[in-house]
Amino acid sequence: MSKLLITLLVALLGFNASAQTQEEKGLAIALEADRRDSGWGDFQAQMSMLLRNRHGEESLRQMRVKSLETVDDGDKSLIVFDEPKDVKGTALLTFSHKVKDDDQWLYLPALKRVKRIASRNKSGPFMGSEFAFEDLASQEVEKYTYKYIRDDELDGKPVFVNERYPVSKYSGYTRQLVWVDQAEYIPLKVEYYDRKNALLKTLIFKGYRQYLDKYWRADEMFMENHQTGKSTLLTWKDYTFRTGLKDSDFTRNSLKRTR
Amino acid sequence: MRRLGKARHARWLVMLLPVLFSAPVVAWELAGNMAVEGRAFFQSPLDSRQYDSDYSISLEPEFSRTWDEDRQSLVFRPFVRLDGQDDERSHWDIRELQWIYAGDGWEARLGVGKVYWGVTEAVHLVDIINQTDLVENIDGEQKLGQPMAKLSLEKDWGTLDFFLLPGFRERTFPGEEGRLRSHPRVEQDLAEYESSTRQRHVDYALRWSHYIGEWDMGLAWFQGTGRDPLFRPGLGRKGELVLAPFYEQIDQASVDLQATLGEWLWKLEAIYRNGLEEDYYAFTGGFEYTRVGIMDTSADLGVIAELVVDERGDRAATAFNHDVFLGLRWTANDAQSLTVLAGAVVDWENGSTLLNVEASRRFGQAYLLSVQLRSWLHIDPEDLQYVFRQDDYLQVELARYF
Repeated sequence: MSKLLITLLVALLGFNASAQTQEEKGLAIALEADRRDSGWGDFQAQMSMLLRNRHGEESLRQMRVKSLETVDDGDKSLIVFDEPKDVKGTALLTFSHKVKDDDQWLYLPALKRVKRIASRNKSGPFMGSEFAFEDLASQEVEKYTYKYIRDDELDGKPVFVNERYPVSKYSGYTRQLVWVDQAEYIPLKVEYYDRKNALLKTLIFKGYRQYLDKYWRADEMFMENHQTGKSTLLTWKDYTFRTGLKDSDFTRNSLKRTR
Repeated sequence: MRRLGKARHARWLVMLLPVLFSAPVVAWELAGNMAVEGRAFFQSPLDSRQYDSDYSISLEPEFSRTWDEDRQSLVFRPFVRLDGQDDERSHWDIRELQWIYAGDGWEARLGVGKVYWGVTEAVHLVDIINQTDLVENIDGEQKLGQPMAKLSLEKDWGTLDFFLLPGFRERTFPGEEGRLRSHPRVEQDLAEYESSTRQRHVDYALRWSHYIGEWDMGLAWFQGTGRDPLFRPGLGRKGELVLAPFYEQIDQASVDLQATLGEWLWKLEAIYRNGLEEDYYAFTGGFEYTRVGIMDTSADLGVIAELVVDERGDRAATAFNHDVFLGLRWTANDAQSLTVLAGAVVDWENGSTLLNVEASRRFGQAYLLSVQLRSWLHIDPEDLQYVFRQDDYLQVELARYF
């Protein structure tokens, strides 16, 4: 039902392009991107993060990611850490929501303890990296309000430059600028502005590949912090879609089975 | 205790052998850590036989394998510590030896395992399944493996866990040379039981847990041998005065609750226990308030405040009977995962104070350095921590994870 509404809305907005406000066009771009990325079901993948500080010192994170698309709400995800070794087996379960803050549980294998953690954490760094929890969270349309800025080109590709404003008061940003590929409606670049509206970080997506002949996923996401000189290169590997994951693979009990 | 524990473990091992060999040939995965630890005490001991400084090494590997499309798994996690000074602290244990079957919406576990219940930070009241490995650390967070059969059902209305716990594990206590012990010391070999079946008494537990929006909750029932011993005077091998642990039969109902409201976590744990001598309740609860990104850094600063109340008051078998815990948690969120937790537990009736600082950080990809500092101030002779008044210490551990 809601999908039909969205399709109708997008169609209507499309026909009345001339009458659209910047806000309406910004939302329409986000809705179309969301529509094109719906229906993937579930996926599993390997994720690694190479952290680098301003002196060039490096540190590696490796983790396994499982994710389940949820039709009426935000997606569910489970991240299990493999590296560094001292946090091996630590697992993070997230139930993202469209409007209200995500629910998150952290599993500490040494104590066998499952801890519900505060959603205020969203602006905090993920595993010491330049990615905040909110940068990696399921990017639901409802988590932002939008404003279309201009058409532009990025590396020879026509793009929409779309601005978005986080709804949550716990977000670390005032706004984000997103360069959206006009042909595929996928993000190519994001600029993050901190609470003082100063440019904080830039995220560049590289090596997009299409899965199931429909869904685009980037092999690399490079996040650079302009204020600290630190950077994080996030690399995705071994994507497999529709692996048969169920809700019962994303429970507090299932956290305790992760290895 | 270790003798009996050994025999019991052997029986579980035999039961698990068929499972082990019926599993298709898949590689065992190895994880775990080895560590060197040093402890230095700042004051001279109450008993001249006790050491001033100590070192020890420990090894805790974990072997695991998963098969049947991840439905079945087997985990084996032995633990051993060799201590330079205290023979009782040199010990080994099977922390886990468990076969796990994960169904759709249910799960079965058979073997030796570890379970954690609860939400609070300072005192863990409702966590009752596993016995405390007290020689490891007086914070009570290190546990002995518990033989168990466990069935979990995950329903829309919450998760139900049924536990059958055959075989009781006795608490470990420091030896003659050990610090952080009572005077006279506790002699484990003199343990007595209310139940005539002693360590073979079969305990039961049932737990329901659920979450609704911002609320996580648990209700539990335990029936069997209480994990906290009472103490009676006895005579040691050399005819000296010692304390003999006495394990009573108890029924315990518990509730644990956490509300996760933005920057605030509100927590409560409460128990009602029916033992040999008296019924009593105890509860602990409070809040943790965290500011993220303090002073334009990526660090978090949290303030923790928790009350601990035991209905028995000064007659309680715990030092934490009318106490308040106040702590600060600083998390750097850096590549080395530097964290510091500093706090004090203060008895608001007699003023006895325990200061506690814990810090840790990673070196490279696999080394973790942990430091603990504990100090007792204004300890009242009536307080059960009076035996620790000369035991201020610093502990440094370097662990290599693999």
